[in-house]
Amino acid sequence: MMYFARWKVTAILTLLALGCIFAFPNLLPTRVSDAIPGWLPHERVSLGLDLRGGSHLLLEADIDSVVHERLTSIVDGIRSALRKANIGYTDLGVQGNAVKLKLRDPSVIETARPLLEAETKGLDLTIADDGSVTASYSDAGIAELTQNVMDQSIDIVRKRVDETGTREPTIQRQGKDRILVQLPGIQDPEQVKRYLGKTAKMTFRFVDTSVTPEEATSGNLPPTDEVLPPDSPRPGEPGSYVIMKRVMVSGENLTDAQPSNHDGMWVVQFNFDSLGATRFCEATRDNVGKLFAIVLDNKVISAPVIRDAICAGSGEISGSFTSESATELARLLRSGALPAPMKIIEERSVGPDLGADSIRAGVYACAVGFALVTTYMVLAYGLFGLFADAALIFNLILTIAALSLLQATLTLPGIAGMLLTLGMSVDANVLINERIREETKLGRSPIAALDAGFRRAFATILDANLTTLIKMALLYVLGSGTVKGFAVTISLGIMTSMFTAIVLVRWIMSVWLRRRRPATLPV
Amino acid sequence: MFRLRFVPDNTKIAFMRGRIAGLVVSAILSTTSIFLFFYPGLNYGIDFRGGIAIEARTQGPADFGALRSALNGLGLGEAALQQFGSPDNVLIRLERQPGGDEAQQKAVELVRQMLTSKFPGTELRSVEAVGATISGELFQNGMIALGLALVAMLIYIWFRFEWQFGVGAVVTLVLDVTKTVGFFAITGLQFNLTSLAAILTIMGYSINDKVVVYDRVRENLRKYKAMPLRQLIDLSINETLNRTINTSFTTFLATLPLAVVATGAVREFAFVILFGIVVGTSSSIFIAAPILLFLGENKLRRGPKPKLVTDARP
Repeated sequence: MMYFARWKVTAILTLLALGCIFAFPNLLPTRVSDAIPGWLPHERVSLGLDLRGGSHLLLEADIDSVVHERLTSIVDGIRSALRKANIGYTDLGVQGNAVKLKLRDPSVIETARPLLEAETKGLDLTIADDGSVTASYSDAGIAELTQNVMDQSIDIVRKRVDETGTREPTIQRQGKDRILVQLPGIQDPEQVKRYLGKTAKMTFRFVDTSVTPEEATSGNLPPTDEVLPPDSPRPGEPGSYVIMKRVMVSGENLTDAQPSNHDGMWVVQFNFDSLGATRFCEATRDNVGKLFAIVLDNKVISAPVIRDAICAGSGEISGSFTSESATELARLLRSGALPAPMKIIEERSVGPDLGADSIRAGVYACAVGFALVTTYMVLAYGLFGLFADAALIFNLILTIAALSLLQATLTLPGIAGMLLTLGMSVDANVLINERIREETKLGRSPIAALDAGFRRAFATILDANLTTLIKMALLYVLGSGTVKGFAVTISLGIMTSMFTAIVLVRWIMSVWLRRRRPATLPV
Repeated sequence: MFRLRFVPDNTKIAFMRGRIAGLVVSAILSTTSIFLFFYPGLNYGIDFRGGIAIEARTQGPADFGALRSALNGLGLGEAALQQFGSPDNVLIRLERQPGGDEAQQKAVELVRQMLTSKFPGTELRSVEAVGATISGELFQNGMIALGLALVAMLIYIWFRFEWQFGVGAVVTLVLDVTKTVGFFAITGLQFNLTSLAAILTIMGYSINDKVVVYDRVRENLRKYKAMPLRQLIDLSINETLNRTINTSFTTFLATLPLAVVATGAVREFAFVILFGIVVGTSSSIFIAAPILLFLGENKLRRGPKPKLVTDARP
């Protein structure tokens, strides 16, 4: 046990050297470590938001509302298709994840079937003999829809975060319907939150002037219309509008949007893509004199009169904008509409000052803890305590190297974890030294005592460390945020301590034994 | 040669004489803790209860009266204010707002606007807002983690030792954890995700200690085939006493600076760990060992018995 082959010594030394090299960039100021060429190790421990300051936002997409919206539009499609074909039906509507209706006359089932199939693509369609029809999303269908919605949402969230100029944001999907947004350095996330909280679904539609809003709300609403409130009511503006559900052009057809000031009035100028331009041109040309509405998230921003055909492929939206709100709307339009409404279900923001304070406290605690433990080890075990201290230093270096290399995130609980590992990894050496002491007392020779000490203590150390690793794995999987950082540093610390406390110390002792050839051990 | 040692070598303390007392005291403490868990209950942090916590730094010492009345004027329910570190550092806590996840966000915005307008120069050092969805999930996951950790320990120790050891270790862990929960109830420390990490760490630490003692018991079982179990357990505890105390002491030393210099959740974490070190160390001797004695008496394998039979054959 106390003999080391040459290749083993080389391996140990290489590992230690690598540890030092990979940990080294952390000692340099950021400016210097950024300048290290890419082929050299230059990664630093990446600090969690609680240490560097920043915002952590967890968003949840409302998939149910997307499903409901899709089903509602399918209902509209079925209604007009059946009417066109003169097929009678009752009880048409959305129930849960399904569209239901009943055909008045079961004999027309075969005529209705192709129409219904065309309108309910992607849904499971069943038509009973009595004429009741159910078209529902299958679980796989919902899963596919969710996947699409989330992919698009992440894309748009990223665009919007980029619009705010945040550096190095992290945007990732979490679980089924959530997106985690981490914004380092952002102390006041209100602006980002406002951007992310808006769906920004914009549509150009016609105002139905054949009914007044009062008539519509009192039960006389045509099925093709809906009543929408104005975005920010201005004097002289009606309290609500009757807007046609059919969309003339939607926000998807916009290619650019910019805020602009016209004689002291803020507007948002936009460009259509070619499809949007054509549609808008045709719609305005055929409806001169009518009102059309610009609707954003089910609120009417403005409802101007069409004076002329607008065929330039561009236009402007005027409303009661300030420079901020015009800029905001332009940015939202540029990044596109979220396919599903998002809400923020968790926010954790830390200012950079507090982060810096935490780092200072953490480093200070580590230094003091380290000094206390190493001093105690020397007092308790003398030279062997010193060996254990060497192991501790390398344990710390290797842990930092592993954190840098894996780009694991160091959080404040992570620093606490480092300190705890300090106490725990020294346990291995306490076990070994106590064992060596006992074996020496039994009258064994130094070599035999060292050998037995390491061999006997090994099983105990392994058991102790494995049980801790199991728990840290559980904490990592089930914990969240900064607590994960705790699990990571403890696990890395324990794994590296298995090497430093056992292999490294054993090698140091074997070298010492060969050089000094002591008659008794100084334990 | 000078060596710092808290206990002399070759102690012969008859720990098992206090086995009944140890178990009874532990049972009383744990039962009390369970009562305390229900009444007055734990001071759940926003991780598990939902709500809002804002750490603000005012210009100059904070005027708590003015802050309180301004906050209560927002109609967001009772605001809890607490000085935090220095006199200009205030921790504002609001209950979870009724009306879903968006309501938390609205409340944060309201408080932010109020602070910047009525207390200019106030800096928001940290903001945490957790809605009901997340707090429920975090709590559930936390409890699952605790449960799984216990089961994993039982299986591991069972696999490595014998079932008596596994049961002894897990029963002791449950007693340790309940006492820690009692510690939270008595001190009013916040119970949140970090606390959960602390409890899992204590479990890890405590099981380490049990493994060391049990390891020695197993070794001595092989070595001294005729020694009564009670005497053997006493011997094993005495033999490992120096290690136990040294490890506890170093871990204690490592955690102590954290309890002194850190603030907030990490400081509370350090307090809990310090408590756990004491509990985890004493429970190895006074609970895990007696349980092993009760379960293992006449049952733990004592070497190859059937030797006589082979000798008797011609």
